[in-house]
Amino acid sequence: MTKMNTALITSISLNNASGASLRQWLMTSALALALTFTSISAIAKPTSGEQSPDFTLKSRDGGNIKLSEQRGNIVLVNFWASWCGPCREELPAFEKLYQEYQDLGVEILAVNVDSEAEKANVLLDDIEVSFPVLFDTSGEVSQLYDVSAMPTTVLVDRDGNVRLLHPGYRKGDEKKYEKAIKMLMRE
Amino acid sequence: MAAQVVVVAVTKKQTGTVIRRNLNRIKVAIGFLALVFSMLFIGSANAAVLPIERADVLYHSYEGDGVTIDGPSVLLRKNIAGKVSVSANYYVDTVSGASIDVRATASPYEEVRKEKTVGFDYLNEKTLLSTSFTNSSENDFEANSVYVGISQDFFGDLSTISLSYSKGWDVVGRRGDESFEEEADRQKFGLGFSQVATKSLIVGFNIEHISDEGYLNNPYRSVRFLDSTTDRGFSFATEKYPNTRSSTAYSINANYYLPYRAAIYGDARIYNDTWGIKAQNVKVGYIHPIEDDWIFEVFLRHYKQDKADFYQDLFSRPDEFNFMARDKEMSTYTGLTAGISVSYEWQFSQTAIFKKSAVHFEWDYMKFDYDDFRDATAQTPVGEEPLFGFSANVLRIFASIWY
Amino acid sequence: MHMRLLNKASIRLSVVACVAILGSGCASTFESINPLADLEPWVKPYERSNLADPIMSMNRNPVALAYAKHVFESREGARGADGGAGGGCGCN
Repeated sequence: MTKMNTALITSISLNNASGASLRQWLMTSALALALTFTSISAIAKPTSGEQSPDFTLKSRDGGNIKLSEQRGNIVLVNFWASWCGPCREELPAFEKLYQEYQDLGVEILAVNVDSEAEKANVLLDDIEVSFPVLFDTSGEVSQLYDVSAMPTTVLVDRDGNVRLLHPGYRKGDEKKYEKAIKMLMRE
Repeated sequence: MAAQVVVVAVTKKQTGTVIRRNLNRIKVAIGFLALVFSMLFIGSANAAVLPIERADVLYHSYEGDGVTIDGPSVLLRKNIAGKVSVSANYYVDTVSGASIDVRATASPYEEVRKEKTVGFDYLNEKTLLSTSFTNSSENDFEANSVYVGISQDFFGDLSTISLSYSKGWDVVGRRGDESFEEEADRQKFGLGFSQVATKSLIVGFNIEHISDEGYLNNPYRSVRFLDSTTDRGFSFATEKYPNTRSSTAYSINANYYLPYRAAIYGDARIYNDTWGIKAQNVKVGYIHPIEDDWIFEVFLRHYKQDKADFYQDLFSRPDEFNFMARDKEMSTYTGLTAGISVSYEWQFSQTAIFKKSAVHFEWDYMKFDYDDFRDATAQTPVGEEPLFGFSANVLRIFASIWY
Repeated sequence: MHMRLLNKASIRLSVVACVAILGSGCASTFESINPLADLEPWVKPYERSNLADPIMSMNRNPVALAYAKHVFESREGARGADGGAGGGCGCN
């Protein structure tokens, strides 16, 4: 899923001393080489269409929640953390979605990835959410879903297949999720 | 697939070393083409955030060497639709008193400088584009500048590369001399790279090349030369600087997170320019928060500089060299700065209009010791005046609000 | 004003401006010859809580940092390369 990218670069002007320019050239070229070889970032797995990896996590109410037990519902799994700015805007948007679609067979599982579960309260104390909040303090489930951005939203259909994997959150993304949910409801 | 437009603009002045220069140019071009290629393979991870929205009102004060410069600085920033950030800064310097340079040749004065900056940031997926315009105005100096920068996150947001360009236009005047008007232009090219090394460590480096052209000295600064016809034994003449200056600075920095929630940081820079000035500075600091409310910070910074080629505290005669300077900022000296700061934050709700606010108090103590700049106001035989040194106190007291 | 960079000490300025437009297929063609293609980011986005802490920011209070930078630049002969970039939460 590479995207179009336009890069504008202006180079550094060199001064006359050949020692300085050689040093500069070495630094910039070493940098460029390093960048060329390291700039290929991981492609998120699982990909759309595949079976969603199952997991069991402790929830805020005390019990455990298993993803496969949600079979038959459309599930929106959201990976978030207390220190993540966009997550603060996202949680209220999800609450609105949940209020509207909960009775229509849609479940939202908010997987908190903070290293300590109490840190989730930094946001939860201010933002009321009625959907389950799960704790992935060890990061195992995040690794399972190869979470490549914070936050990440995964849409799983009624058969347990991943249908959408959305990295990041911007204002308005909840409309995309709503559209996808409606489409999945019609299946 | 990949279309590149390469524009090379070169000014050649001497034919003697053309081949070497062309070779260097090719090296630069290859280096940067490689840089461009590396940016082609950026993955799909989203990256970068806009600067945080906030408003700050600052009182700043510098007091040292007989000079007091203080005033306000107000900064406002608003983000729009998560894609654009606009900011504005209004800054005032009120200068009163007279530094050693002025005391040796003239009398104290008062002056006001006003500086206004507007900035725009645009975030598009992985790239952050920034631009700003600044105007600085005082009764004998006017400066305008424009800045553009681009910053790109990649490799899972672990690496950030940034490039910047700035152009400035100065108009230099002189109090009491209506006919005096000179110009100076400046260009800055910057390259920065930052890397997340571990979950707790970020390292980075910066290179910045600056070149100036035009009237580059301070019209109030003078050189002194031996003059047996005067009581003091010396006389003053206006400084004569080259009308170009080209400099390169390289710096590295690191930030490390300590497990009990604190941070240590450091940076180091080396600098050289075509005026012969060489400088190095090193800074280390420690930040210690307590709960969610208090943040304490201390730092220590050491600066060392070697003089410009055409700097001398005392010349033998008025036209001894083509270029002559006695500005103490061109001399050999060391500077030590120690700073301490404390801030207190009030955390409101993450969903409220105002999310948090804070008050800050920062105090730096600076000490300068000159190795070849003498106090010309001292009543001693010429050339035997004591070496000059001074200390200064810098205050920053401000309030912030985040929304 | 006509900008001519005089070169008394053989200073020359070369400016290279490159504009690159990417096609989406570029990445895959180079993966096969890239020996470090398996290198993956070693700090995951969900492990960045320390880096996202405001105390780890290079520019915690821009209004104060800009003034401090101005003070040093006014008193010292050196200039440039005194800003940082990057780090943070890497969120979007």
